[in-house]
Parts: sequence; structure tokens; C-alpha cells
Amino acid sequence: MDTDAPVAAMDTAPEKTLVLIGHGMVGQRFLEALAEQGLTATHRVVVLCEEPRPAYDRVQLTSYFSGRTPDELSVTDTEFIEKHGIELHLGDPAEHIDRRARTVTSRAGRTLTYDTLVLATGSVPFVPPVPGKDAAGCFVYRTIEDVLAIEAYAKENATTGAVVGGGLLGLEAAGALQGLGLGTHIVEFAPRLMPAQVDDGGGAALLRTLTGRGLAVHTGTGTQEILTDEAGAVRAMSLSDGSELDVDLVVFSAGVRPRDQLARDCALAVGERGGITVDERCRTSDPAVYAIGECAQAADGRVYGLVAPGYEMAQTAAAAIAAGDDCDAAFTGADMSTKLKLLGVDVASFGDAHGATDGCLDVAYADSRSGTYKKLVVGADGTLLGGVLVGDTEAYGTLRALTGSVPPVPAEQLVLPAGAGAAPALGPEALPDDAVVCNCHNVTKAAVQACATLPEVKKCTKAGTGCGSCVKLIGQLLPQSGDQGLCGCFAQTRQELYEIVRTLRVASFRELLDRHGRESARGGEGCETCKPAVASVIASLAPAIGADGYVLDGEQAALQDTNDHFLANLQKNGSYSVVPRIPGGEITPDKLIVIGEVAREFGLYTKITGGQRIDLFGARVEQLPVIWARLVDAGFESGHAYGKALRTVKSCVGQTWCRYGVQDSVRMAIDLELRYRGLRAPHKLKSAVSGCARECAEARSKDFGVIATASGWNLYVGGNGGATPRHADLLAQDLDDAGLVRLIDRFLMFYIRTADRLERTSAWLERIDGGLDHVRDVVVDDSLGICAELEALMADHVTHYRDEWAETLADPDRLARFVSFVNAPEAPDPLVAFVPERGQIKPDLPLLTLRPLEGSSAR
Amino acid sequence: MTAMTTMTTTTGAPPATSVTTADASVQLHLDGAWLTVCAAARLTPGRGVAVLLPDGRRQAALFLDRTGHLYAIDNRDPFSGAAVLSRGLVGSADGRPFVASPLLKQRFDLGTGRCLDDDEVGVGVYEARISP
Repeated sequence: MDTDAPVAAMDTAPEKTLVLIGHGMVGQRFLEALAEQGLTATHRVVVLCEEPRPAYDRVQLTSYFSGRTPDELSVTDTEFIEKHGIELHLGDPAEHIDRRARTVTSRAGRTLTYDTLVLATGSVPFVPPVPGKDAAGCFVYRTIEDVLAIEAYAKENATTGAVVGGGLLGLEAAGALQGLGLGTHIVEFAPRLMPAQVDDGGGAALLRTLTGRGLAVHTGTGTQEILTDEAGAVRAMSLSDGSELDVDLVVFSAGVRPRDQLARDCALAVGERGGITVDERCRTSDPAVYAIGECAQAADGRVYGLVAPGYEMAQTAAAAIAAGDDCDAAFTGADMSTKLKLLGVDVASFGDAHGATDGCLDVAYADSRSGTYKKLVVGADGTLLGGVLVGDTEAYGTLRALTGSVPPVPAEQLVLPAGAGAAPALGPEALPDDAVVCNCHNVTKAAVQACATLPEVKKCTKAGTGCGSCVKLIGQLLPQSGDQGLCGCFAQTRQELYEIVRTLRVASFRELLDRHGRESARGGEGCETCKPAVASVIASLAPAIGADGYVLDGEQAALQDTNDHFLANLQKNGSYSVVPRIPGGEITPDKLIVIGEVAREFGLYTKITGGQRIDLFGARVEQLPVIWARLVDAGFESGHAYGKALRTVKSCVGQTWCRYGVQDSVRMAIDLELRYRGLRAPHKLKSAVSGCARECAEARSKDFGVIATASGWNLYVGGNGGATPRHADLLAQDLDDAGLVRLIDRFLMFYIRTADRLERTSAWLERIDGGLDHVRDVVVDDSLGICAELEALMADHVTHYRDEWAETLADPDRLARFVSFVNAPEAPDPLVAFVPERGQIKPDLPLLTLRPLEGSSAR
Repeated sequence: MTAMTTMTTTTGAPPATSVTTADASVQLHLDGAWLTVCAAARLTPGRGVAVLLPDGRRQAALFLDRTGHLYAIDNRDPFSGAAVLSRGLVGSADGRPFVASPLLKQRFDLGTGRCLDDDEVGVGVYEARISP
């Protein structure tokens, strides 16, 4: 859409033309609001966007360093753009507005005639006028392009960086530098961090926590000069207190300024301190021109630098354009509430956070040890006016929604931690119906409760799709879908059953069902859902609860799905496939020959798998022990392809052979595969190890993926291929061998402990409260104090691992079940037959009549 | 297999029987006669075994539930055509035992052979008993 020739004025067009300058988050929200108002149907809508990519989530920019790709940051649905016939010109900023002729000229030379013009040009980072500010190695932090440039420069040239500005964006930028592995300084002129959002107490709590995380924070200090080397690159910065910091990269993040130059050039009114002046309908001094978002100075005289007010202005402008003079939409100012996770610290401020209201009082709770600070500002009559939360923002959603009303319990009880004499936490049910739950989209509790599920809330109200901080509260407001139970037999979730089995050491399914199952299911058989799920939990915990780790012993035998029961993978005609373990994908020629011989002898269809091993298909059940006797004899073990267990750890050839490799990826893959083989989990587990950043082993598509760095290993978690591909997120960087293994131990055991049945790590990571950050808190920072226990559970697993096939072959009782017929053990199943294809076998399908579940006729 | 359980027959269910002694054997009723297929000790509660019938082609799937009741249904899964029902998991719903096909998980009532997930599908049932 960018390649067409510059468009001449379209005066002949029958419809009206609306031109939007700027396609950031607010611009995109405005387009959506236009569509909702039906204006895209009656208008030609043209968008000029300076950046080379459509609107993306600027708020989450730092998440690029934890693995979100630019594509994943996008908030633009191309289908939406196409469906509404919006002409979006990327990389082509507006350069000139002629208000008299009502035209906009773009850099590429497009001249667009408008009936309505909307400016959503955002803001530019403010760079203080210090000497050396333009040196090589100086950056701002605003766009994906900035982030890419910082990353590229840091990789080549920098070990230590400084961020000028300790506000919200500054801390975001500092998080990015830390994510790049740089030593990081923060220089803030004000006496505390986040001066606009938090008070002294909150700033102090924040400072302690950040210092504890290895950041060097310099508050009450100005930047005087950026010092450069002979080549003109940053080498240090000098501060107003006379000190000098050795840094080779500087990010300026000292606030933003409204981007109002286009408006100034065409003589639209602007505020004294910048910002295009608009009225309550977001109209500028020219009624045909609107301005929304950070470039505008709202009717209350303020310039809002947060996305939520920008969204509100977008809605207001669209409504005003649709309604003309009858408009009753108005933007008169917005709440500056924010909740963020900065550098791993939760920070929130809402309402009158600084206690500016006459006669107001503070209620504060501070715990320096845990880095928690909470302050509420309360009016003389007890009305909650605002507050600051640092370190623990659990109550943010409820408190913000209660702001402006008198809370049903005294304010001091709202800030005390649970168990410290606090009243039971104030639940969301205490909120009035008109309490605003989602600030970004201005959605009330009543509107949320009109929906039944979170996806429905997001679709119908957009609540929860902005900053996402209200998602938890929304979840609490929705009807608990009645029954979260695992199945008709158990009212508990898998995680709850795991805790019951672990703490009460229940090693028997019957005991679990009869004591903890639903009343109606007690004494019954269980079902096909809970039996394998409980079997998996018992197997995962076997050493710790005194159960036998062999999955086919005693009662456990009756619980396993057929694949586990026969230690092989059932295929569509009733035959099985066999997958020996080939750790790391490394195999000697001799062992390869054994596999070939076995396959030839038993006439098995042979295929290389995606996980760097070999699958042998077409074995009849009574052949399995004979086949495995040969394989075990040659030194093979079960590959657990049949289990919800570790499958493979793929590897590239690594440093040993590859000229790019920086670590021995094959050795690490083998070590990991041997360590976690046989580990039973809620779902299958896949892994890979790449020997360098070229990532030939595709580790980021795995449940846990390891990528070598020059100084160690990066660990990525939660990746998936399959129907819902997901790139794994970076959990930790530059780990040594022992550190890597310890962290994977913890991660896997935490997953096993808390995941739902058949929930892969990718879905689990997306589902659990707090997501990746929470998992990192738990497994890296040990926030729950359970890491020692998780490690001990894994150590038990490793100690007690036995090869299931070797054990089976050694026991005639166990072998007895591997028969085709109980009354004719040697007779092959007459329905298992094969026909040739491409020199191998395939199931004789005419024997079978595969039919879908629906519409089947009687036998 | 020494539990002393008295059978209770639900409507439509084939006769089941109580397990009596350790060397008891399992029998299927076929063409007016009882065919001995295996020792009762070969059965694991909650799991099934396959039986090849005398015509060398038809197969039955035999199951024992946790209370000692015996059930036999046709082994062929009507959805896939494969003879695999004996390898499915036994469960119970509303107090009635079923087996879930190991291929696509459709459930079959062990007493009636009726498919619980598709009214139009079912499998044959056999009378089974344990005889000393």
C-alpha cells in the first residue's frame, strides 16, 4: 500500500475524507473507535505513519528484551485495517498542513485533502541540553527502532550504561540495559525515583529494592556532560556532584515533550509548555482539526503522557466527529493511575497519590525488609482519595476502583499485610457497580459483570486489553465458572490434587477418589480423565510419597493410558510404534545399525522424528518385548515417547565441530536429557540446546530451551510449536552449567506442581497469575521459599530413575500383559495388517473405517 | 482375586459374577455354551484383556471393575475399526462402568455396549462369568 504513486487531491471523491496523522497506540484506538461509530463506512480514512511499522505496544517496549518480538508487540490487526478500507501509509510522515486548502502533504509527496484532520503525533523524548548529548552511544528510548539501535550498539561497544532520568520510562530503560547484560546506572535529578508517581517513602522502598538488584542509583544528581573518546564515542559522564561515571552508553529518558511542530507551523493554538490546545471534544482551535493523545493539551490544561487518557481522548474525538454539534462526549481530564512492574518491582499509584487535597490524611505501612511500601490518602470524611503501592500491588485494582468513595473497612486495614491483624482482604464484591475497573478503556464493574468469561469481556468491552493491570480483578468479578474441577470425579484442580497427594502422601488412586473425590464418584472407578492425571501426579512425586516409581506396578497399572500401559505409542490400526532414547540426538554407527537391524527383522516402518530420534512403526503388542529385548541389549533405553514426560533434548553440533559454536551444546543436551528422562509431567516436555545464537536446534520453540552465549547459557521457557506456536521467553542469562541445571530443576518442578492437566508450559505460563515475572520470582528469586524443596524433588527423581523397559523385561509378571489375546498369547491380531508403500509398510486401511465422532451410523 | 463380592445386575447388563477362589477361571457365553478363556488371576481391576473367539477373527474385551464385577464387550472400536477397546481405561459415570476407547476416547457402557458419546453407535456385549 506504500508503493502507489503520490495521490493527487481527491476532490472528486463522493465521500468525506478523514486524515489521521500518527499511528501509535492512540491512533490505532482512534481508528477502532471510528469503526465502532460507523465512520469508516462513510469516510475515506487515510493514515500517515512515520514509523516503518504499524501501531505497537509502546508501553511494553522493554518486553523486547525478555523475548517479545516486534511482531508480538503489534497492536494492529491487519484484517481490521483491510476490512475497514483504511489506507495506512507506513514510513511516510506528514510534513505540512495547509488549513486553508485543507490539505496535508507527506514526505513522500502525497497531498491529501481532508474534511477532518486528526493529529495523534505523540511526543518526543526530551534530551537535556548537556554537552556531548549527540555523541555515538547516546540514545533515547521511545520506539522499537530505538531499542534495536541500543541493542546493536550495546552488543558491539558497551559493558556499562547509564540512564538519565529515574522516572517511569527511565526505569523501563534501565530494565532494558540490564536485560542486555550491561552494568546499569540511573541518574535522577529529583531526590527520589519516580518523582511524579510515588512519594518519598515509596521512592525509598523502590531504591532499596533496585539497589539490591544490582542497579547503581544516583538521585538528587544532574548530568553535566557526556565525555567522549578520540573517536567521538561515549566513555564517561560527569555529574553535578563532581563525580564521574565510566559508561559507554547513555540513554536519555528525562521525560517527553508533546510533538506539536506540525500544529505550530500551521498556526494552531498550542499551550505555553507545549501541546496542541483542544477543547472537551478534542477539537483544536480549528474545528476541522482534532488532536488526541500525548500531543494534545487537554481541556483541563494538562498534557497526559499515559495511554489510558489517550484512549479516552481517541474515543471522545471519534464520538465528536460522528455526532457533530450534538456531541455529548467530553474529555475533561483523566486519572493518572498507573500500575507497573519495573525491574521486577511492582509499583502503583492512583488518584491523589501525593496528598494534594486540602485536609487529607495519610495512612502508610512500610516494611524495608521486604521492600514494601503502601500509602493511602484519605479525606477528612474517610473518602479514599488515592495512594501509592510499592512492592505489593495486589490490592491496586480494588483500591483504585474504590477511590472517591468511603471504603467499607477502615483505611489502615487496607494497607496492612494479611495476617498482621488485618481484616479479611476487601474483596471485589465490595465495589460499587459504577466503579471503573479498567481505566484504559473506562469500563465499569457492571459492564464487566454483564459478560460471562474473560475473552467475552475483552471482546465486548475491551477491558483488560490495554495495560492489562485489571485482568486479575476482572477474573475475580466474573462468575467462577461454577466448577473448576478436574472431571466428574474430582472437584479439585490438578494443582489441588497435587498438593493433596504431596502433603497427605496419598499414593493410591482409590484412596484419593474415596476420600477426596466428589460424593457421587466415591467408590466408583474414576474416569479416563482423572486416572492418567492422578497417575502422573503420583509418578512425579513417587519417591517423595513412598510410591513405587515404576508406572506399571500395582494399582498404577490400571490408571495409565494405553500408551503408558504398553510403554509404546498406539497407532490407528491398533499396532504400536517404538522410540528408543537417543540422548541429544547423538548416536554411534553401531547403535544405528542395531536400530536398522531390528526394524528390518520385524518389518517396521522407519521414520526420523522431529526430535532427532527414530520411530519404528507397526509393532504388534506381543512383539514389543522381543523388540525391546534387542534394543535394551544394545544399550538403548525407553524414549518415553508414550508418556507425558520428557521427550527429547535436541541439539546442534556445537562448539566441537561448528565454526560458530561457543559452547558444547551436544554434551549439555545429553546431560539434560539423561537428567530429566522419565520425569512425569502434566504434559509432554520438549527441549533443545543450541551452541550459539544462530539457534539451529530451535530451542526457543521448546518447553525449555537453552542457547549458548560466550559466557554461559541463556535459558528460555514456555516455547511451543504445534497448533499454537509460541516463542519461549528468556528466564535467565549467562548461567554456568550448575546454575542452568539448578534453574531448570526448579522450573520443571514448579510447572509440574502448578499446571493443569494436559497444560503445556506455554499455556501454563500464559495462564498463571503474574506470568513469566511470577515464575521468575519463584524459581530465580525464591519468592515463595520453595526452591530447596523443588530441587530436592528433582534430586529424588534423578536418584530413583530406572529404565522402564529394562525393568519390564526382567519381570515375567510384567511381561504377561504384552500378549495379543489372553487366551491365545502368540496369535497376531487379525485386524492388524499392512500393505507396502515406498518400500516400507503402512496400515491396511480398507480393514479400518475411520469415522469422525459426529454423524456415525450404527455398527 | 479373592474378594467375596455378590453381584448385582443392572438393567440391560449381561450377567456378571462374583469372584470366588484364586484358581477360578473366566468364561464367556458363546453359542449356548460357556467357553473358558483364562484364569481369573490374569485380570487387573480397572483394565481389560482381549479374547480371541473360536472363529479366529472376532474378539471380545474382558474387564474387571474394582468391586469384582466382570464385563465383556466386543473388542472392535466401531469408530476406528481397530480391535483396541480392551486397552482402554475403565471409568464410571452415574455409577455405571464404561471403557473409553484408547484411540479417540469415545466411551462405551460396559453393561449395554451403548456408546455414551454417540447414541447411534454401540458394540455387542457378551455374558461372562467366573467359574471355579
